[in-house]
Amino acid sequence: MGKYVLKRLLVAIPTFFGITILVFIISCLAPGSPLELLLADPMATEADRAVLEHQMGLDDPIVVQYFRWLGNMLRGNLGTSYRTNLPVSQMVLERLGPTLLLTVISTVIAILIAVPLGIMSAYKPYSAWDYISSGLSFVGASTPTFFTGLILIYVFSVKLGILPMGGMYDSGTRSILSLMKHLILPAAVLAIFNIGSILRQTRGSMLEVFQEDFIRTARAKGLKERIVIIKHGLRNALIPVVTVLSTMIPFLFGGAVVAEQVFGWPGLGNLMVQSINARDYPAIMGITVVIAVAVLIGNVVVDIVYGFLDPKIREKR
Amino acid sequence: MENNKNIKADSYYKDVVKRFLSHKLAMVGLIVIIIELICVILLPIIFNMDPYTSDPTAFNAAPSKAHFFGCDDLGRDVFARLMYGGRVSLQVGLLSAIISMVVGIPLGLIAGYYGGIWETIIMRLADIFMSFPSMILILVLVAIFGPSVWTVTLVIGVLGWTDFAKLMYGNVLTVRNKEYVESAKAIGTKDFKILVSYIIPNAFTPVLINFTFRMAQAIIQESALSFLGMGVQPPMASWGNILYAAQSIVVLSHRPWLWIPPGILLVLTVCSINFIGDGLRDALDSKMTIKKK
Repeated sequence: MGKYVLKRLLVAIPTFFGITILVFIISCLAPGSPLELLLADPMATEADRAVLEHQMGLDDPIVVQYFRWLGNMLRGNLGTSYRTNLPVSQMVLERLGPTLLLTVISTVIAILIAVPLGIMSAYKPYSAWDYISSGLSFVGASTPTFFTGLILIYVFSVKLGILPMGGMYDSGTRSILSLMKHLILPAAVLAIFNIGSILRQTRGSMLEVFQEDFIRTARAKGLKERIVIIKHGLRNALIPVVTVLSTMIPFLFGGAVVAEQVFGWPGLGNLMVQSINARDYPAIMGITVVIAVAVLIGNVVVDIVYGFLDPKIREKR
Repeated sequence: MENNKNIKADSYYKDVVKRFLSHKLAMVGLIVIIIELICVILLPIIFNMDPYTSDPTAFNAAPSKAHFFGCDDLGRDVFARLMYGGRVSLQVGLLSAIISMVVGIPLGLIAGYYGGIWETIIMRLADIFMSFPSMILILVLVAIFGPSVWTVTLVIGVLGWTDFAKLMYGNVLTVRNKEYVESAKAIGTKDFKILVSYIIPNAFTPVLINFTFRMAQAIIQESALSFLGMGVQPPMASWGNILYAAQSIVVLSHRPWLWIPPGILLVLTVCSINFIGDGLRDALDSKMTIKKK
């Protein structure tokens, strides 16, 4: 198992470099060099310019610039924000917690709802229940997250007035209760979007597993139906479900950008939109790399979980 | 034997079409999309609608006989904007799905057919792109190139290449070593001809399925971008940027006619396209199960 984990980690390294190169290339595409933004002073001479250019290392070859940027980043230095003049790493760290909280909680909710529903659908396929649940999950996955968010705000905040419209805490408090109240709607929005794909996958793989011989054997042995479904069925059906989760991770962060904007949730996505509106490139690049690395780590974790669930995969790779 | 194969191939496509036509949800989806297309293309022409001029007597007017869906904060007719916005949203969805396909298919073909270094470069690149949240890359690129219908279409389109490339790659791998490809190679058929006449037709149905899902995805992405103010720019309308108004709490709570209709149209459209894709997939899938048995 240790060898397998190490292998997965090693495979992630080239992808990490690929990500940094991609982000660096994009940052080179950005119009206007950082110099112009800092040197807005109309009195500045060509000589001042050259001095500053040299200080910032912008006269070095592009490859040197990339490695300097990479080196700084690996030491935790993501540069300074044009907008706030704060270190980007500090801004990102402040926002990372809320985003992770939102994405993790919404995924847990989605799994807790989708997996049981998927099992029930597969247990009685083509029943009314099956049609209703897959129909609803289809609609959920076809609704843009911001529209779901607007509807939930309209119903629960404007009309019923039982849940807050946005933010993370009520003013003047940092209590868990207040946090939970604020978390419900944005987490529900992301969960609704993701329930569909988990449900479909659970249903599909449970349907397949139910036709296997070992299920018939388990039933023939006289095991309780519940044990047959959970222990013999679900355990084998979970592997494809874990795969779906891993493909969902990037979408989760992407969806979080929109959901955070709708609910004013103080996470990375919210910071991203602010930075983009201000054309704050150091912040944009920093956030992009951090999110991409978070996705990468998520994928490695899923791969490792995968290895635990299925010894065959461990051996093969 | 040869004859037999022909008959089979013929009836296979007939079967797929038959199965697709009997898929109720897919049929509903198809009908909805056709009606929608007819509406957004023809209604503005027939009724001579104007989505840009404001009616100074009707700022924020609620739905009435003169304006079925009310007016927005500039007194523009919401129904007209919905129809014109529909044109834009559907156009962005369709065009960017075409761009994704045109970029992705050749790359997948090259990776699969030539293998070696091409395979490594293209497929690793696909992995890197897929590990990015596409929404974030799209936002960054649109911010750099400046938001407009065309940059949005192009960026969503180009970034959608990975699915098509992976699909094509997988497909080439399964047929690359089949006898008919080997024998075509043996008699000196050019690579290009092999790809076009033996390999691409084989992947037609999965590509079509992926195309529908890609288009649905692109419509959602465009609407999200426009909702964030980074997509289609006013005064031009798209369903997403009509919804932008709902970021104001006054609009959200007191003027539902401004944001509920475009949202419902979006859901209806994306759902219908997804149903069509699902119908296609089922039509294709049952062939797999029959084959297995």
